[in-house]
Amino acid sequence: MAGITSYGAYIPRYRMDRKLISEQLAWFGSRGKGEKAVANHDEDSITISYSAARNCLKAAGIPKVDGFYLGSMSLPFANRQNAGVVSSALGLENPLKTIDMSSSARCGTAALLAALDGAAAGGNYLACAAECRSPKPGSSQEIAWGDAGAAVLTGTENVLAELITSYSLAADFIDFRRLSGDRFEFGWEERWVRDEGFMKLVPQTFSGLLKKAGLVPSDITCVVMATGNSGVIRALPKRLGVAPEAVVQDNLADTVGDTGAAHPLLMLCCALDSAAPGDKIALLDFGYGCDALLFEVTNKIGDARKDMTRVARQIEDKIPLFPYARYLAYKDLIPLELGIRGESVSAASMNVAWREGQTIASLTGVKCKICGQPQYPRHRICVKCGAEDNMEPYSFVGRNVRVVSFTADYLSFSYDPPQLYGLLDAPEGGRLLLDFTDCRANEISVGLEMELTFRKKFTDSTRGNTVYFWKARPVK
Amino acid sequence: MASGIKDQVAIIGMGCTKFGEMWDKSAGDLIIEAFNEAVSETGLEIKDIDAVWYGTCYQEIGSGKSGIRVGTLLKLPFIPVTRVENLCATGTEALRGACYAVASGAADIAVAIGCEKLKDLGYGGLPAGDSMFGTDNRYFFPNMSGPGGFAQVATAYFKKHGLSGERGKEAIAHVSYKSHQNGSKNPKAHLRNTPTMEQIVGAPMIAYPLGLYDCCGVSDGAACAIVCRADKAEQYRKDPIYIKALQIATSSGMELYGNDWDSTYIETTRRAGDKAYKEAGITSPREELSLLEVHDCFSITELVTCEDLRISPEGKAADDILNGFYDIDGKIPCQTDGGLKCFGHPIGASGLRMMYECYKQLQGKCGDRQIEKPKTALTHNLGGFPAHCVVSVCIVGNEKN
Repeated sequence: MAGITSYGAYIPRYRMDRKLISEQLAWFGSRGKGEKAVANHDEDSITISYSAARNCLKAAGIPKVDGFYLGSMSLPFANRQNAGVVSSALGLENPLKTIDMSSSARCGTAALLAALDGAAAGGNYLACAAECRSPKPGSSQEIAWGDAGAAVLTGTENVLAELITSYSLAADFIDFRRLSGDRFEFGWEERWVRDEGFMKLVPQTFSGLLKKAGLVPSDITCVVMATGNSGVIRALPKRLGVAPEAVVQDNLADTVGDTGAAHPLLMLCCALDSAAPGDKIALLDFGYGCDALLFEVTNKIGDARKDMTRVARQIEDKIPLFPYARYLAYKDLIPLELGIRGESVSAASMNVAWREGQTIASLTGVKCKICGQPQYPRHRICVKCGAEDNMEPYSFVGRNVRVVSFTADYLSFSYDPPQLYGLLDAPEGGRLLLDFTDCRANEISVGLEMELTFRKKFTDSTRGNTVYFWKARPVK
Repeated sequence: MASGIKDQVAIIGMGCTKFGEMWDKSAGDLIIEAFNEAVSETGLEIKDIDAVWYGTCYQEIGSGKSGIRVGTLLKLPFIPVTRVENLCATGTEALRGACYAVASGAADIAVAIGCEKLKDLGYGGLPAGDSMFGTDNRYFFPNMSGPGGFAQVATAYFKKHGLSGERGKEAIAHVSYKSHQNGSKNPKAHLRNTPTMEQIVGAPMIAYPLGLYDCCGVSDGAACAIVCRADKAEQYRKDPIYIKALQIATSSGMELYGNDWDSTYIETTRRAGDKAYKEAGITSPREELSLLEVHDCFSITELVTCEDLRISPEGKAADDILNGFYDIDGKIPCQTDGGLKCFGHPIGASGLRMMYECYKQLQGKCGDRQIEKPKTALTHNLGGFPAHCVVSVCIVGNEKN
């Protein structure tokens, strides 16, 4: 039977205390509490989904994947397959189905449903959802929304949670809307969204699910209602006919925020982090309709979980983002003067990018077959023994590195000055010269251990291109 | 087996403009000024010149590619003009071309010109590295600046040799302090101020641990050298300066791509320096050199260069520096003209400006900066950044042996 074989999440390190919003905008009526996750200036939905997918695959021992489905309402590209950028960075091999899904808050569960369908027909499918959104300052979305990603691997072997069944309703219920090319969303009255939307459609979907599965509400161990709306969560048990403790109360609103398409997968990861064999988990997701998925946890959950990046650990791994103006700048909500050094200078060559392929995409260098020296990038003549064309591919991804030398550069353009970078040695051999991210200058020292992370290198908005590459960040 | 260049070539004329923010001068204006000063020393005319080597790094600023614009500027009579570039070692590259031309007998009189109009670019500091390391650089390299590339040697060096942040900062500060003391006496220098040690140590950070005074400025300038075969030199002047060694070393990739280089020294300096000493017949640099002009783009560069040139023992340059070994009244004065520190770094010109100072010092023409009876001088010109660079070392002397 098809089901979940692995899962992983990624929450950006930066957290903004919502007090910072209150401090700046209380005069306008905007107040918040708790924290929300905010992507660094060099992150977007592509990099976030990479990290989540990588955590998911690592926990499963990097199996062969037959399809990669990416759901997000904040995909960076309207034309350049976003799932393709991520799958290339992950080094996923062909033959491979890649699909981008968007346009509603349910595109994350859409990816999961499609992945489960794929697994049922045979194969491993990776469903991923990520969000990196820029809400309008002063809006309730600014308070509520956070950035994060989560991924779920589906298959038929070593299943941790079997899919029993799913049930979906479609509805052109226009709670939030945005025309293609527009930046900001429009909403409607929140009470209407809750009372006419959630409170009518969700119970309807839930009972459809139960009927299809031949179950009653009390059979469900855990209802995961993926919403940032805590009022809905409080009102739901009664409407669903389940005990209050059966509905997951912590919807991550105070620690991460509402992560849009990623939210159902993220909350599912949380539920799986603490599930026991035999638990029946109903995942509910709302947005232009409602998806309901019913899983039964197997006894394989215990063994696998120790290797997984638990959501709780991701939540704990944080650094504060301040001041509020920095948040606005990272979200591109205020136009900072980039100066002459921030101007994009040369056109990136598409055929260089294609030719270099995995060298850039997945930090794949070479290892000399004669002397064993790993080296980056794709040297043909070995740096150590001089042998020519005796190389095999060697990926540096997943290897922690140590600082050989570094600096904090106040002259280079940076969104997070000073620009940090340095020379890094991989313990098994090989050397990289990379930008550092997610850290401050006073954390860096010669010998410090760092991990590699996939980030935006630069965006050339004149020519419609973003180049992605690798950076290093301190291991926490 | 190559026999080397020692005593085969002589410099018979040199020129150097004032360096600075020459808003009102074009590249052509600077070239003409340096060229005229050099030519006026020799009694030669344009028709006597057989070949020109022109060094400039950022060809977009007022020169374009090729050497054609120098030909048309000076109205050279259809002679060879070769444009050369080797990042910040470009000036010396022009000199090398001219020297080898006369040594081979392909030319009797050859001219080397270096020029850069950095202030036409609109940057404070050098522009971003895109074109410096290839257009695909934007994919692979971090967002580095010049100071950042070199600052990395400081963080690794201080750690390896147990220099506290304080002592390290003090040592590199003295490098700049002494250069400013020298430059203040030099009417051609861009910066003639004399900051105190406190000012230098306390200056704003540019790329940790390098502060404002640890970094050379950005300026405009040009310099020129005229060379001929050594046996003909005395036809033009009684005090020609003889080339003893011309060596250059380019990174092998070992630094940036292997694991053996530890970012605490510059390998290319060691290689070029060792070969230059062999070519010149120098066995004990600390005893035999009279004067150094090294590539002090950043104070840390000068510090490690003193070790890489085998003058200070490894890990001990700070001691020599703070003891005044390299001060103008020290054992081997370094940057007697003020160096890149006070002149700034118009890239194509710097290597030739270094040689200009050596030339004038060896001829006893430096007025109140004159050091006593110098015999042998060394220029060290570095392009790129420590992990990925080229170094040119030249040794000159005022006697043939």
